[in-house]
Amino acid sequence: MATQASRAAGRLMISPAVILLLMWMIVPLGMTIYFSFLRYNLLIPGENPFVGLENYSYFFTDPNFWPSLVNTLFLVGGVLLITTVGGVLLALLLDQPMWGQGIVRILVIAPFFVMPTVSALVWKNMFMNPVNGVFAWIANVFGLPAFDFLAHAPLLSIILIVSWQWLPFATLILLTALQSLDSEQLEASEMDGAGPLARFFYIMVPHLSRAATVVILIQTIFLLSVFAEILVTTNGGPGNASTNLTYLVYSQSLLQYDVGLGSAGGIVAVILANIVAIFLMRMIGKNLET
Amino acid sequence: MGQIELKGVAKRFGDAEVIPPLDLKIEDGEFVVFVGPSGCGKSTLLRLIAGLEDVSGGKIEIDGRDATAERPAQRGLAMVFQSYALYPHMSVRKNIAFPLKMAKVPQAEIDAKVNNAAEILNLASYIDRRPGQLSGGQRQRVAIGRAIVRNPQAFLFDEPLSNLDAALRVNMRLEITELHNTLKTTMIYVTHDQVEAMTMADKIVVLQAGKIEQVGSPLDLYNHPKNRFVAGFIGSPKMNFMTGAEAAKHDAHEIGFRPEHIAVGETGDWKGKVTVSEHLGSDTFLHVDTEFGIINVRANGNVDVHHGDTIWMTPDRSKVHRFDAAGNTL
Ligand SMILES: Nc1ncnc2c1ncn2[C@@H]1O[C@H](COP(=O)(O)OP(=O)(O)O)[C@@H](O)[C@H]1O
Ligand SMILES: [Mg+2]
Repeated sequence: MATQASRAAGRLMISPAVILLLMWMIVPLGMTIYFSFLRYNLLIPGENPFVGLENYSYFFTDPNFWPSLVNTLFLVGGVLLITTVGGVLLALLLDQPMWGQGIVRILVIAPFFVMPTVSALVWKNMFMNPVNGVFAWIANVFGLPAFDFLAHAPLLSIILIVSWQWLPFATLILLTALQSLDSEQLEASEMDGAGPLARFFYIMVPHLSRAATVVILIQTIFLLSVFAEILVTTNGGPGNASTNLTYLVYSQSLLQYDVGLGSAGGIVAVILANIVAIFLMRMIGKNLET
Repeated sequence: MGQIELKGVAKRFGDAEVIPPLDLKIEDGEFVVFVGPSGCGKSTLLRLIAGLEDVSGGKIEIDGRDATAERPAQRGLAMVFQSYALYPHMSVRKNIAFPLKMAKVPQAEIDAKVNNAAEILNLASYIDRRPGQLSGGQRQRVAIGRAIVRNPQAFLFDEPLSNLDAALRVNMRLEITELHNTLKTTMIYVTHDQVEAMTMADKIVVLQAGKIEQVGSPLDLYNHPKNRFVAGFIGSPKMNFMTGAEAAKHDAHEIGFRPEHIAVGETGDWKGKVTVSEHLGSDTFLHVDTEFGIINVRANGNVDVHHGDTIWMTPDRSKVHRFDAAGNTL
C-alpha cells in the first residue's frame, strides 16, 4: 500500500463492505432514534405525531426504571466478579498436570455451548425448583426447608445462572494466558523466596491482568443485554426484582405494544452501555497497552 | 562460605536417565564452569543444585549440610536464567528488591542494598524503567543485580550470555569475571561455548550425556585431555584426529594434533590443498584437504596462502595426543 494509486484502489475495494456494515448499523439505529420521538402505539391506530422527548420522560419516570438500572448493574457486576475470580481459580486448577486433563478441559468448556434459554430452563426446573430441584433435595437430606430461589432471591439466581454460562469463557481465556506465563519467571521467584501465595499475587495476577481485562470488556458487552435467562425463569419478577433494562424495554414495547416508548428505552440502553464502556476503558483499558 | 558437594547425584525423567550418578566437589569461592554439547544435561545439573528439580538419587551438600530436601529459597543460592526471567510488570528497582521484599527485609535496608547493587553494576540510569524497555545487556545486568542483593552462598548462571551479540558477550564475560574477583563468591556457570569456559573458569567440568568426562583447570584440560571427547571439545579450532598408519607411528589407535601445533612450509610431512583460508589478521585458519581428510591449521597472521594452493605441513610431534581404541588418552 505504498503508492497513491494502490491506496485509492484499496479504499475502493473495501468500500462495499464498509458501506454495508455502516448501513447495517446506522439504519436500525436511526429508525430507533426516529421512533423514540414519535407517539407510536400499535394498539392506538392513526397518526404517529412527533412528541419530542415525551417518550424519554415517560421512560425515566417509569417506577421500574431506576430499579431495573440498579438490577442491570448488579447483574453485570455480580457475574463479572464471579466469572473472573472463579475463572482464575479454575484456570489454576486446570493448569495442574493431572490425569484426564483433556477431557476435564472439554467438560469445563461445555456450558458455553448450551443455549441460554436451555441452560436457564435446566437451572430453573432441575436445580432451583423448590419441589423437584436438586438443591431442594439436598436441603431435604439435611432436614432443611427447601429454598425457592427464583421467588426469594430472583436476581441472585439469575446471576448464578448467567455466571455458570460465562465461567467457561473466562476460564478458557485465563487458562491460555496462564499457560503463556514463562516458567522461568516462576522459578526465579521461587528462588527469590516467594511462596505459593506470593507467586500468585506478584507474578501470576499481573500476568493475567491483560487477559482479565479482555474477559471483563467482552463479557460486559454481552451481560448488559442479558434477556433470555430472565424471560424463561422469572419474567422479570417477582414485581420488578429481576427486571433489567433490556427486559424493561421488552416489557414496554412488546407487552404494551408501545413502539415509541420501547425505542426510547433502547436508546437509553445504548447510551448506558456506552457510558459503561467508556468508564471501563478508563479504568482498566490501560492494561491493554503494552 | 559456598562449598557445594554432589554425592552420587542422579536424575531420571521417566525412563530416560539424563544424569547417571555423579560426584563433584565445588570449593568455596571457585568459579566452576559446566561445559558440554547441547542437551548433555548441564542445565539439569544446575537445576538440581538450585533445587528446581528433585534428584532421583544421591545427596547435595551445601557447606556440609544436607540440602537435598531443602526448597530452592532455603539453599541460599541465586540463579541467573538464560531468558533473564525478569518480572515484566515491575521496574528494575522492584525487580532487584523482590528477593529482599520476600525475605521481609526492612525498607531502608532494601533501598541501601538496591542502590549498592545498582552502583556495582552501573545500572542506576535506568533503574526506574521496566524490563521491556531495556536492551539485552541491560536486562542481563538487572538479572545479576537481583542475584547479588541476596548475598547468596553461590551464584548459578545458565548460559547467561547466549542471547547477547558477540561484542556484548565479550564485555559481559569480562564483567562477570571481575564480579567474581570482587565478590569472591562461588559461581557455577553453564555454557556450551568452550571459549567462555576457557576464559572464565578456575575449574572446568566437561560433561557428555550427563557424565563427567573430566574436571580440571583450563590449561590442564588443554594440555592433558583425559580422552578423545575432551580433546576434541576443548580448543578452537578443533584438534585434528588421525587413525591408521599415522597413528601407528606413535603406537596408538588414534592420534591428535592441535591446529596450532602444525607448521606450514615449502616442504614437510603432509601435503594438502587449501580449501578455505580465513584471514583474521592475528591468525590464519587454514582448512586443508589431505589424504587424512580435512586438517585444520592455525598459521601466522601474514601467511599468504589462498584457496586452491598446495602446501606442506609438519606437526610438532612432541605435542601429539595419543588415544587407545576406547578413546582414552594413553
Ligand atoms: N523436564 C524434562 N522432562 C524430560 N526430559 C527433560 C526435561 N528437561 C530436560 N530433559 C532432557 O534432558 C536432557 C538434558 O537437558 P538439558 O539439561 O536442558 O541440556 P543442556 O542444558 O545441557 O543443553 C535433554 O535430552 C532433555 O531432552
Ligand atoms: Mg541448557
